[in-house]
Amino acid sequence: MAATQSQDLLKTPLFDTHEKWGGRMVGFAGFAMPVQYKGVIAEHEQTRNSASLFDVSHMGQVVVTGPDHETTARALETLMPGDLVGLNPGEMRYTLLLNDEGGIEDDLIVTRPGEDDSDGILMIVFNAGRKDHDVAILKEKLGDSVKVETFWERGLMALQGPKAADVLARYCDLPSKLSFMNAAATTIEGMDVYVSRSGYTGEDGFELSVSPDDAVKLAELLVSNEEVEPAGLGARDSLRLEAGLCLYGHDMDDKRDPISAGLIFAIGKGRRVEGGFAGAPVVQKIIKDGASEKRVGVKFEGRLPVREGAKIVDGDGNEIGVVTSGTFGPTIGAPVAFAYVPAELAKLGTELTAMVRGKAVNGVVEKLPFTPANYVRL
Amino acid sequence: MSDTRYTEDHEYITVAGNEGTVGISDYAQNQLGDVVFVDVPEVGAKFAKGDEVAVVESVKAASEIYAPVSGTITAVNEKLADEPGLVNSSPDADGWFFKIELDDAGELEGLLDADAYKAHIE
Repeated sequence: MAATQSQDLLKTPLFDTHEKWGGRMVGFAGFAMPVQYKGVIAEHEQTRNSASLFDVSHMGQVVVTGPDHETTARALETLMPGDLVGLNPGEMRYTLLLNDEGGIEDDLIVTRPGEDDSDGILMIVFNAGRKDHDVAILKEKLGDSVKVETFWERGLMALQGPKAADVLARYCDLPSKLSFMNAAATTIEGMDVYVSRSGYTGEDGFELSVSPDDAVKLAELLVSNEEVEPAGLGARDSLRLEAGLCLYGHDMDDKRDPISAGLIFAIGKGRRVEGGFAGAPVVQKIIKDGASEKRVGVKFEGRLPVREGAKIVDGDGNEIGVVTSGTFGPTIGAPVAFAYVPAELAKLGTELTAMVRGKAVNGVVEKLPFTPANYVRL
Repeated sequence: MSDTRYTEDHEYITVAGNEGTVGISDYAQNQLGDVVFVDVPEVGAKFAKGDEVAVVESVKAASEIYAPVSGTITAVNEKLADEPGLVNSSPDADGWFFKIELDDAGELEGLLDADAYKAHIE
């Protein structure tokens, strides 16, 4: 339980605000980030029952610009399997950055802004720990066909929970206009904010991108609402796990393909057939033949958390799989995990055994998400 | 007459007669955050001072608990199975982990008293 050394870590625009709010700061992807304020379980439940504000400014905000939408989208589609050409103005899509072996270099969200004069612009949010790597890939592979600009200093915060829309509606009209996975620009008390209806908790909610100079003012404004409390990375992790959402570097990496990771929805339906993206021959073969291993959701008996790295074993104790994320799910009230297992053991209801410190823990393959998704589609 | 001593790793042992009650300090529970599971030893098991004797799991991580003295486990806190949060709400009373019969009361001399522990965590 050593104290975290924070002097070498990067700070988001909300660093001082976290300290003021009593955040316990830890190192994450090179940033000093709050792992919790009052407590992980309290913040988890706050998000499920009311609303929480998460600082996600460590993530990598990028703008890719070409002469028109189709040119920019086609350029990115050479590296990403999502249907980006088909994005309508104001829509956003979850997809992946793939390598030539079909491995996942990162997962990300691409947004096509709908504002005037935004034709040819696509906005991307990458994972914090991968953003420099990802931008290097984009610049190397796309050359001069599009311009790639990074906005690492910019603020990004997530307002998440069933009360998020009520709260945001006090400042702008977007909660009544934006459907899940749509985005638009607005003004909140004089601040220019780019708002999307998205998140990483399984609840309704919004992500708000803002100038670093306005980040503190916006965060304090949102938290001043009685329905909203700040929440840290700990709750973000347990929320996303219950919501069935993958974490890069844990549930997928550059050796894992999208099909075994259960992310085929990140590949456009037409593109599964047509290909034309990095790793397409490998991915198309796996789609045709089926993945030999699959990521599954597992709920375990008892209360002992089954964490990343725990082995899944067969009746003779032989290792047949591995847990890639796991925690005690506060809403589920039981240990929940993602594990990679042989495809024949991926069926719902299959009984699996994990080993934790030499003890066998029994679990069952459950449908994902563990908790119902409460996304709002207008 | 009971006496509470602490290890530098934040376990406490409150000794009455030849038996000690072991748990983690208020400082430790606060650092760990929400406790969701405590893996307690079996009654009758023997441990040497410094052995890993239990594991406390918070939402974020698993932390080993080391035996503050050598001895034999005489009781474990069965309540923790259903209410692991007692470690957070009452670390020095209802949230105890196990009781241990001391092999050598002299080992207590090597532990921190309350003032020394307070200085240790500051």
